[in-house]
Amino acid sequence: MIEFENVSFSHGGGQVFRGVSARLAPGSFHFLTGPSGAGKTTLLNLCYGALRPQSGSIKVFGTDLKGRSRDQMAMLRRQIGVVHQDCQFLDHLPLLENIAMPLLVSGKEFSRISGDLKELVAWVGLSARADALPTELSGGERQRAALARAVIMSPDVILADEPTGNVDWEMSQRLMQLLTELNRMGKTVLLATHDLSLVRVAKAQVQARVLRISDKRLMLAGADL
Amino acid sequence: MSVSLITSVMRRDTQAARVVPPSGVTARLTVFVAAIMAYLAVFALALSLSAGRLADRWSDELAQTATLRITAPMEERTAQTRAALQILRQTPGVAEARALTQDEQAALLAPWFGPDPVLEGLPMPQLIELRAGTPPYDPAGLRARLAGEFPGAVLDDHSRWQAPLVRAADGLRLMALVSIALIVAAMAAMITLAANASLASNAQVIDVLRLVGARDGFIAQGFVRRFTWRGFTGALIGTGLAVASVVALPDMAEDGLLTGLAFEGGGWLLPLLVPVVVAMIAFVATLGAAQRRLRGAL
Repeated sequence: MIEFENVSFSHGGGQVFRGVSARLAPGSFHFLTGPSGAGKTTLLNLCYGALRPQSGSIKVFGTDLKGRSRDQMAMLRRQIGVVHQDCQFLDHLPLLENIAMPLLVSGKEFSRISGDLKELVAWVGLSARADALPTELSGGERQRAALARAVIMSPDVILADEPTGNVDWEMSQRLMQLLTELNRMGKTVLLATHDLSLVRVAKAQVQARVLRISDKRLMLAGADL
Repeated sequence: MSVSLITSVMRRDTQAARVVPPSGVTARLTVFVAAIMAYLAVFALALSLSAGRLADRWSDELAQTATLRITAPMEERTAQTRAALQILRQTPGVAEARALTQDEQAALLAPWFGPDPVLEGLPMPQLIELRAGTPPYDPAGLRARLAGEFPGAVLDDHSRWQAPLVRAADGLRLMALVSIALIVAAMAAMITLAANASLASNAQVIDVLRLVGARDGFIAQGFVRRFTWRGFTGALIGTGLAVASVVALPDMAEDGLLTGLAFEGGGWLLPLLVPVVVAMIAFVATLGAAQRRLRGAL
């Protein structure tokens, strides 16, 4: 699904990655761990083309991201659901329309899928908040709304960056449950977190691998976590 | 992309339009400035049309008539007049030539000397009025021929004072056209500034749309639609007010030399183009601003 080959990346603050190679198989569930500032968010951003590596190649769905036009990149993003740590919405539109935004931008008819949409909103437990504006939502509600928005196009890959960062333990459990359910449905999941207790709990529910960023490299962490 | 963009911008209320948040002050200012610019553009248009009419009228009416003045001793005058008339009538391009009678000449001088026949007995030059045909005669050639036969004859084809008038009217028309061009440029610059401000203040909207897979065309469309309609609405208001103002201007006497600031006949349709043109400017300016902005991002 996603292949990194000898990827190096640096920005103003210096080098972040050096010679990173990794391969995420379809249907796999990966945790991405590492200390704060190690480059977890950077790695996720590289996966969907929000950043470009200085060297090496990143292949998504078998094709190189390099040389893709902006429109081709847009098409790619419809197949990748992204949940950011600080999820952003269109703050002037109600939650329901925000969740349906990927459908709108890809030209899908809004009314025809409204039944599915309601189901999805219920699945993330936001039915009662459907008409609220994003700014009126709590951190946990925003995370769940972002997850619903990320999966509404039924993407093959879900990238989640600290989706449990702003929420309490109970809510993070609930979000993890949603992600593992998606993984069981066949989606490839890459979840960045610094919360190792979350990883431990999740490993009971799902066949997950742990990738660890350390010293500008990406390595498969031991099974002892 | 552009054709589908144009058609989607024309449809006023689609869901895609809502992705750009309504912004109060910028929107109102854009409408306001579009109205002012349209108002000025309609005036400049009226001015250019009126100046054009003036220039045409002056060059037409004055070019058609000319005067030949024969100054000769009394005894030769009648003979010279007759000979000159003969030459004039043979000259191609002269439609009509007629010697003014004594009474007519006295009437011409009456404003200066009064109605009393004080001039009788004074050696007055004989005036011959001639009217050009189509195509008109060649003044230089006629003048040379007359000068050979009658050394005291002067052909005045009014070009001496007609030319500066026509130049002035043409200059006025040019200034009006330059004003229209400047208004168009100012309009484009203003909309670009407003669109840039809107794009900058909606950076989050653009990021979110990009994240969920919106193509550049879709993102640009939201902004382009807003500014096109704002420009059109403002220009419609401004044009309406300007046309009303032109209509309300007092009528000038159309005495042949002057013309009022107004539209005539089909000219009244021209102001209707102003909102359309402003909408087109807004469309192009916003599209350009959006494309420049989006191209920079990943």
